[in-house]
Amino acid sequence: MTWLIEVDASTCIGSGICAGTAPGHFAVVDGVSHPVRAEVDPADPAIDAAESCPVEAITIRDKETGETLAPEE
Amino acid sequence: MTTTARSWSEMFGASERLSIDPAFAELRREQSLRRVRLPYGEPAWLVTRYEDAKVVLGDPRFSRAAARGRDEPRTRFHVGSPGSLLHHDPPEHSRLRRLVAKAFTARRVEGLRPRAQQIADQLIDRMMAQGPPAELVEDFALPLPITVICELLGVPVEDRVDFRLWSDAFLSTTRFTPDQVTEYVGRMREYMAGLIAEHRETPRDDLIGALVTARDEQDRLSEEELLAMAEGILVAGHETTASQIPNFVYTLLTHPEQLAALRADPGLIPQAVEELMRYVPLGGGAGSARYALEDVELGGVTVRAGEPVVVALQSANRDESIYTHPDTLDLHRQEASHVGFGHGPHHCLGAQLARMELQVALGALLRRLPGLRFAGTEQDIVWKTGTATRGPARLPITWDRP
Repeated sequence: MTWLIEVDASTCIGSGICAGTAPGHFAVVDGVSHPVRAEVDPADPAIDAAESCPVEAITIRDKETGETLAPEE
Repeated sequence: MTTTARSWSEMFGASERLSIDPAFAELRREQSLRRVRLPYGEPAWLVTRYEDAKVVLGDPRFSRAAARGRDEPRTRFHVGSPGSLLHHDPPEHSRLRRLVAKAFTARRVEGLRPRAQQIADQLIDRMMAQGPPAELVEDFALPLPITVICELLGVPVEDRVDFRLWSDAFLSTTRFTPDQVTEYVGRMREYMAGLIAEHRETPRDDLIGALVTARDEQDRLSEEELLAMAEGILVAGHETTASQIPNFVYTLLTHPEQLAALRADPGLIPQAVEELMRYVPLGGGAGSARYALEDVELGGVTVRAGEPVVVALQSANRDESIYTHPDTLDLHRQEASHVGFGHGPHHCLGAQLARMELQVALGALLRRLPGLRFAGTEQDIVWKTGTATRGPARLPITWDRP
């Protein structure tokens, strides 16, 4: 299974929550978060980061099905 | 290099009004990390530069959980409850934060804006019926965020007088004696335990209700964590915004040309709130200590594994390598985002709520109270002392009668 990680740069406020929560998956550069890699193996910290983002700028989807895994509605 | 730790009060004078000690600028220029001794706890490194602050707050090599069992460097007597968000690192921290993060997203907070607007308008109606003048703190700045957080959390707003006092104890630096702090923190605990018991008896659709469900039906947090979370949200959820409303009004009234720009263009309010968050030093001291988990090179020194580091956010927000004329209030400023809400995993849970409330508060005050100004002179403002958040205890205001 492969996950796709996206960060909406126009929504991101650069809080640094994601990079501190899942340092292997997110990095904040010039005040905006980016996924370290767009495609990753499943990992709980990435979901934690998406669920903790105060502006819900992070989306994690299943590459095969396209199903949104986080954030929950 | 470990130089001798100097005491905070030796390094920085007593902070008056909302001033920032010039010694911070000197430290940023000459020695970003400096050994310091806070009023309580072991010596620490003090960080003053913006980029270094972001590393300490955001990099997993610096830990809050490692403070357990240590005599944390701090300005307040109270170290906080062991179950609170601020005492954990990811992933334990994420487990707890995810239980409440949804209630504070930008999207959910937007849904609360009409209610916040209504509360603000009702408070101003009352001020207009009874004045001018009015006293901004008691008549407006406190009841607005208290009502919002009470409704969100599920705490009766009528209990305000009691929990305000206990809440002040959490934040006391010198205002209360250690015995008083212990007593009031204990009373807050009893009060919250009682409220949680009530929620268990009669389930309710509020945040305490959701946390009770998460504990009792899903076992996602301990009883101690539930209590600490509810207390933390009640205390942090009102005191900060209640301080920033009068701080922002004071700052605008003492910067008339900026105030005029805001009056001329109310669309500037969201941006103005960001610049005011940067400019106003809400916490005059240092934030919760982070402990290095390994040796880290930072700001020209080596922070050794096991050493605590504290960050002066008010200094980072005035870093001249980040901001042009950092000591100038410029509501049109479009530079790097401030660290007024912190950074990293512990970035203020209520940041979006605070932003919305501050936008609503400024908008309502400026729109409905024409000619808003100090009643009397600046000398009539009483400033809080002995507490971790800076701001007026009393701010008498007046305005033009219609």
